[in-house]
Amino acid sequence: MSAKAVSLLDRAILRQALADAVVKLDPRRQFRNPVMFITLVGALLTFEQLFTAPGPLGYGLQVALWLLFTVLFANFAEAVAEGRGKAQARALRSSRRQLLAHRRTADGYERIDASLLRKGDVVRVAAGGLIPGDGEVIAGAASVDESAVTGESAPVIREAGGDRSAVTGGTVVLSDVLTIRITADPGDGFLDHMISLVEGASRQKTPNEIALTILLSALTFTFLLVIVALKPFGDYAQAAFPVTALVALLVCLIPTTIGGLLSAIGIAGMDRLLQRNVLAMSGRAVEAAGDIDVLLLDKTGTITLGNRMAAEFLAAPGVPPERLAEAAQLASLADETPEGRSIVVLAKDRFGLRTPAMAAPHQFVPFTAQTRMSGIDVASPGGQPARQIRKGAADNVRAWVESLGGSLPAEVAAAVNLVARQGGTPLVVADGRDILGVVHLKDVVKGGIKERFAQLRAMGIRTVMITGDNPLTAAAIAAEAGVDDFLAEATPEMKLARIRAEQAAGHLVAMTGDGTNDAPALAQADVGVAMNTGTQAAKEAGNMVDLDSNPTKLLEIVEIGKQLLITRGALTTFSIANDVAKYFAIIPAMLVGAFPAVAPLNVMRLGSPPSAILSAVIFNALVIIALIPLALRGVAYRPVGAAVMLRRNLFVYGGGGLLVPFAGIKLIDVVINSLHLV
Amino acid sequence: MNAPLDWLQLALFCGVLLLLTKPLGLYLSQVLERGRTWLDPIVGPLERATYRLCGIEADREQDWFGYTISLLAFSLVGLVLTYLLLRGQGRLPLNPQHLPGLPPHLAFNTAVSFATNTNWQSYSGETTLSYFSQMVALTIHNFTSAAAGIAVAAALVRGLARHSVRTIGNFWADLVRVTYYVLAPLSVVLALFLVAQGTIQNFQPYVAVRPLAAGTAGAPKIAQGPMASQVAIKMLGTNGGGFTNANASHPYENPTPLSNLVQMLAIFALPSALTYYLGRVVKNQRHGWAVWAAMFLLFLAGVLVTWHAEAAGNPIHQRLGLVAADGNLEGKEVRFGIFNSALFATITTDASCGAVNAMHDSFTPLGGLVPLFNIETGEVIFGGVGAGLYGMLVFVVLAVFIAGLMVGRTPEYLGKKIEAYDVKLVMLVLMVLAATILGGTAWAARTDWGRAGLNNAGPHGFSEILYAYSSAVGNNGSAFAGLTASPADGDPHYDVTLALAMLVGRFLMIVPLLALAGNFAAKRLVPASAGTFRTEGPTFVVLLIGTVLLVGALTFLPALAVGPIVEHYLMGAGRLF
Repeated sequence: MSAKAVSLLDRAILRQALADAVVKLDPRRQFRNPVMFITLVGALLTFEQLFTAPGPLGYGLQVALWLLFTVLFANFAEAVAEGRGKAQARALRSSRRQLLAHRRTADGYERIDASLLRKGDVVRVAAGGLIPGDGEVIAGAASVDESAVTGESAPVIREAGGDRSAVTGGTVVLSDVLTIRITADPGDGFLDHMISLVEGASRQKTPNEIALTILLSALTFTFLLVIVALKPFGDYAQAAFPVTALVALLVCLIPTTIGGLLSAIGIAGMDRLLQRNVLAMSGRAVEAAGDIDVLLLDKTGTITLGNRMAAEFLAAPGVPPERLAEAAQLASLADETPEGRSIVVLAKDRFGLRTPAMAAPHQFVPFTAQTRMSGIDVASPGGQPARQIRKGAADNVRAWVESLGGSLPAEVAAAVNLVARQGGTPLVVADGRDILGVVHLKDVVKGGIKERFAQLRAMGIRTVMITGDNPLTAAAIAAEAGVDDFLAEATPEMKLARIRAEQAAGHLVAMTGDGTNDAPALAQADVGVAMNTGTQAAKEAGNMVDLDSNPTKLLEIVEIGKQLLITRGALTTFSIANDVAKYFAIIPAMLVGAFPAVAPLNVMRLGSPPSAILSAVIFNALVIIALIPLALRGVAYRPVGAAVMLRRNLFVYGGGGLLVPFAGIKLIDVVINSLHLV
Repeated sequence: MNAPLDWLQLALFCGVLLLLTKPLGLYLSQVLERGRTWLDPIVGPLERATYRLCGIEADREQDWFGYTISLLAFSLVGLVLTYLLLRGQGRLPLNPQHLPGLPPHLAFNTAVSFATNTNWQSYSGETTLSYFSQMVALTIHNFTSAAAGIAVAAALVRGLARHSVRTIGNFWADLVRVTYYVLAPLSVVLALFLVAQGTIQNFQPYVAVRPLAAGTAGAPKIAQGPMASQVAIKMLGTNGGGFTNANASHPYENPTPLSNLVQMLAIFALPSALTYYLGRVVKNQRHGWAVWAAMFLLFLAGVLVTWHAEAAGNPIHQRLGLVAADGNLEGKEVRFGIFNSALFATITTDASCGAVNAMHDSFTPLGGLVPLFNIETGEVIFGGVGAGLYGMLVFVVLAVFIAGLMVGRTPEYLGKKIEAYDVKLVMLVLMVLAATILGGTAWAARTDWGRAGLNNAGPHGFSEILYAYSSAVGNNGSAFAGLTASPADGDPHYDVTLALAMLVGRFLMIVPLLALAGNFAAKRLVPASAGTFRTEGPTFVVLLIGTVLLVGALTFLPALAVGPIVEHYLMGAGRLF
């Protein structure tokens, strides 16, 4: 599914949202949102007033209609947010129509409808076939096109055993044959979850959303009291306030802006993650992402480029560096690993050594886990003793050299230590019994990552590097990358223990993982992002899945979480601050009939009492529409400290919220009066 | 108008207040957190004897529920006791004027009023209460209701400071220690000072005097009594119930400009010091000062508006050529003048004191709006002893909850997440208070009994009703003196509804806040980082002030518009009420 294809204001989505906005007027739905429910009741009350109360019909009708629009606009905002998810869900659904599966039976395979598959069934999928459901490969290896899920067109390898055994329903086998054990019942698979999540059907309110809803409901109730009490106050003052004006004031005061946009903000947050190909399993996880203050990052792939590179030749005493380079190059000729190739390249760059044409008979010695060395044996042209070149871990090469009667010079041993201390991997090169020196293999830290960590630190987020390296190496890389802390020689158990310790100290922890042995840690973390290439166990344990399987995504996830919370806070502040201007529009309009002396209170110099009230109501409705793009896109986020961010947002949304409606209401009033609408 | 001298007095008041805050705050911290004080040798044995006598296990801390039950039980017993003493006043000693017992609704109103630290007085002290009633039935509450207020504030502050525990202190120990170590000693010192200034302290019958004008019916009498001791705790405990009806404008209660200054300082001293206590206990002194600064700036703004409005005087008088020497002197003591009356009015309504040295009813509409609005902010501008701090903390939690999101984290205050339950409690407090003020006012405004009590018509009369319910709910106790709450025909409506409003204002605030304290105490601590919302510094002060003003204004602006705001414009147009 290519989420990026759905634009913010897609025409089809807007058309659908318009229809949905009307459907959502159903009082049973409205009742779940007290702010909009009160608005709807108010709108109905003003319609009723058209028939029962005296007064100009045009004005009353316009107020009533705009109050109804207020509700419709809020519904529209939610429908647009949902619409984008639905569009993506439709694309997903289309991939699963009329799927047939080859299910294994006691005596071969039968063709059945994929919807009849149950957990534990075993199916076979040949090249060109759609995988009928989520499962685990139990036999075979194949390339699979997962673009339906990830949007990534390059095929991936799925094979039995190991960490690449999980397959997703709806993806296509491109080559070979896979035997798959189904791990999810129909309707409960990964794609089903995804569809229901993006559709918003299974969306539950997050803890902060619940707290905010309580605040908004309480404010609504308070304003209801204020308005109900205003009626007898008016009677006392012999300034009978008309019901339409009271309802207009009430709707303007209750936080309709945030009340109308709150659910859209939440849906849009999940949607923004989806556009970055991250699938959140719940809104709660997105919200937690904003609170994360410790990131556990795997070194490889996140902090460093995947591979080590040869960086330097450190020759033994009395050995010309060219000789070391030449021997190392020879030993690496057959070494297809990135490390091996980087040695060849470095020798060429430093000493201009071309890859020699190997005329003499020779034999490559491959790396094995036992010898932990690789190299080459060259037969001498004159039939002299063969030349044996080896490169490998210091201890192993030393043992090998000593077995030939040689020894490790102290200077080389020192160089080995130095390289290790600097975070590199020392590779000792020997030619027969002579140790020639050390090749410094170095982890290459990704460009720009240090700055990124500095930004995170400014935001109050600590980064912990997870690596299997020894503590010395880990410390050196940690220093170079600028992470705050590291966990060396990490095992899955240590990861889990570290997460527990951080959480016990009150931190919220995010991590990424892919292997089955990461599952406990993923489950324990507050935000656990499983790589889509990972095992089914890992994907089930985490609360997000990164379809791109890019561990650096964690940083973006945190930013999206923060953005979601900021948007919520900013619109709440804006909404409440708006009320001041609305008071200044409506209160003088209500009082000036009975007490002409209060005219100076009409600071905006609005045309007439009806136009003032109508302007405030229209502004209140239009501001919801105006803020839909902001709610969906989120408030612009920059990684700065809390103090700066608060000052800026308070100024923009608090200060702006106070001032903007003065200008807006005045402008609408001018339009109303010039068009003689009241 | 002697502006330079007035500015100097304002600076003097603010300066001394600031200087008092830290030492008094440190002392309060020692008392409330059970540290050592220099009074230990004298008061310690007394304290321990009290614990033994009452069977108090002072070292055993209570959870929020236990704390609440203790406080409610204590208040209820005190309330009933006072009710009985007032009803039976005629048969009790120290009653040289032979004043009879109070009617039930007045006794109820008065008992509630003093038990809730409101000190709303539906009666005139000197013509209604015996010395015994004043000293025993009422003054006990002046000490204990103030101590209870400080205890609740301390419990809330402890709840905020602690983490992962259930307990928030021991109510009985807090009550005893605040009374013994803080209120009693300070009252003694202040009373002696007042006596030195000329405040009387005796048990004499009232002194009859010969009227200047012949033919005046009956011989006027000058009230006597143990005033200095009453006045001291009335100010220190932000009680405000005057010995005489004229309260602090009476020359016996408040004889000199110096006594006036010291009484004003006495009102603000403990509420101000409690902000220092807050900072100390939560280990963030700058937070304490930020709360102090927000309170101080709100106070300063109030003083300046009231002072300006009163000094500007009445435009109608000016048009008639009756320009008073320096503004609106109606209802003010010439001894204190415009400035000291405006300052006193602001202080007494910022703090939930309610003592007055001028009649707020006679202020200009805008001058009267400020005291009214001060009360309607929830008495959080320094506020009552304890009550001001715990009230302000409601706004702090609210401000942090709304604005906290804007730093991109779910809101946290002092390292604790603010969750749905906390928001529920905070909003419950704000809703109940607003509902009681507006509901009471609306009811009285549209009923005959409500309008019968009014001295003035039109918007001014409305302000009197609004002020009465605001004052009752805010546990302030001052009045727009125009309202007759306990009329001669014995109509009990005002007495009873105001008493209920006082109970709501006190206990429906305290109970949710103690629950909040308990909930906060149990929370886990989130360590601070650069991404944490800062509850100190100018941004936070502005945010807190904005929240207080916005909540107050949004809730009460329509009511204020119908009252003082309309009156202000009508006065400009030449109409008075």
